[in-house]
Amino acid sequence: MLVATLVPLQASILGLVALAATAVALCRNTLRQILLSGVYGLLLVLLFVVLQAPDVALSMLVVTTVAYPLIVLVAIARTRAGGVDGSDGDDDA
Amino acid sequence: MTRRRIRGAVALPALGVLGAVLFWGLSGLPPFGNYHGIYGFLINHRALPQRHTTNAVTATVFDYRGFDTMGEEFILFAAVTGVVLLLRKTGEEGEDEPPEEEVRSDALRLFGMFAVAGGALVALWLIAYGLVTPGGGFQGGVALASAFALLFLAAGYGPWARRAKDAALDPLESLGASGYVIIGLAALISGLPFLTNLLGPGKPGTLWSGGSLSFINWAVAMEVAAANVILYKDFLEQYIAPLARGRG
Repeated sequence: MLVATLVPLQASILGLVALAATAVALCRNTLRQILLSGVYGLLLVLLFVVLQAPDVALSMLVVTTVAYPLIVLVAIARTRAGGVDGSDGDDDA
Repeated sequence: MTRRRIRGAVALPALGVLGAVLFWGLSGLPPFGNYHGIYGFLINHRALPQRHTTNAVTATVFDYRGFDTMGEEFILFAAVTGVVLLLRKTGEEGEDEPPEEEVRSDALRLFGMFAVAGGALVALWLIAYGLVTPGGGFQGGVALASAFALLFLAAGYGPWARRAKDAALDPLESLGASGYVIIGLAALISGLPFLTNLLGPGKPGTLWSGGSLSFINWAVAMEVAAANVILYKDFLEQYIAPLARGRG
C-alpha cells in the first residue's frame, strides 16, 4: 500500500489552514469574516494542490472565492438595516 | 449566575464530550498518506487503455460511475428548481423593469472586464480539456457561472440583469440536463446498455478523447453553468434589485 509522509510544505500549509479557520471563527465583523473565509478557502485550495488533488482544488477554488462569498454578501447586504448604502461604506463593490 | 456563565456551564461538558469523541476518532486514523482503496489503483491503470482519457477522475465520474453522476446532475437541477420556486415573484411584487444601476468607476469596469473575460476563458479551457487535464464539466461549469457573476460585481446590477435572462438560461439548463439522458438513451436505442460509449473511445490527450464522454462533459458543463447563473440571478433579483431601485 502507498504510504506518504507529511512533508514540511504540506505541514506548514496545514498550519496556515488551522490559523485561518480560527480567524474566521473569531472574527466579529461580517464583511471581514466573508473575506477571511475566502482566504481560508484559498489556503484549503493550496492544501489540496500540495496533496496532489487538483480536481478537488479546482472545485474548491471556484466555489470558495466567487460563488459562496457572492451569495453570502448579497444576502447580508439585504438583511442589514439600511442596506449596502448604510454607514459601513461601499460594501457592495 | 450571569447568562454567560450559564451558557458556559452548559456548553463546556458538551464540548468536552465532542472533543473526546473527535480525539478518539483521530487517534484511530490510519497514518498520513496511507491509501487503502483498491479502486484508485485499478482505475489509474485501466482508465487510459480502456477509455483513452488521461484524467482518470473525469473518466470515473462520467463513465465508470456515469449513472450516479446523472443522478447528481438531477439533484442540482431539482435544487435549482426549488430555489426558483421559493424566490419566484409573487403578485404584489409585480414585474418591474430591472433598475438601471451601473458601476461608474472606470478602473473597476476595466479590471472587471478582464476578470470576466479571463475567467470565462479559463472556464472554457477547464471544460474542454476536462478529460485530458484536471477539470471537467462540473468545475468548468461553476467557473463559467462565476465569471458571469463577476459581471454584476464589475458592471453593476443593470448590465447584469439585461444579460441574465430566463429565456436564454432555462433552455440551456434543460438542454444540459436532458443531454446527459439523451446520450444514455442513444446507446439504449442502438441496442447497447444505457450510457455505452457509442462514439468512443477517441484519441488520448486531445479534445476528442473519451468519445461520448466529451459530449456528456459539455452537457454537464452547460447544466451546471446555467443552473448557477439562474441561482445568482434569482438571489440578486430578490436581494439586490430592491436596494438598487431604492437608490436609483
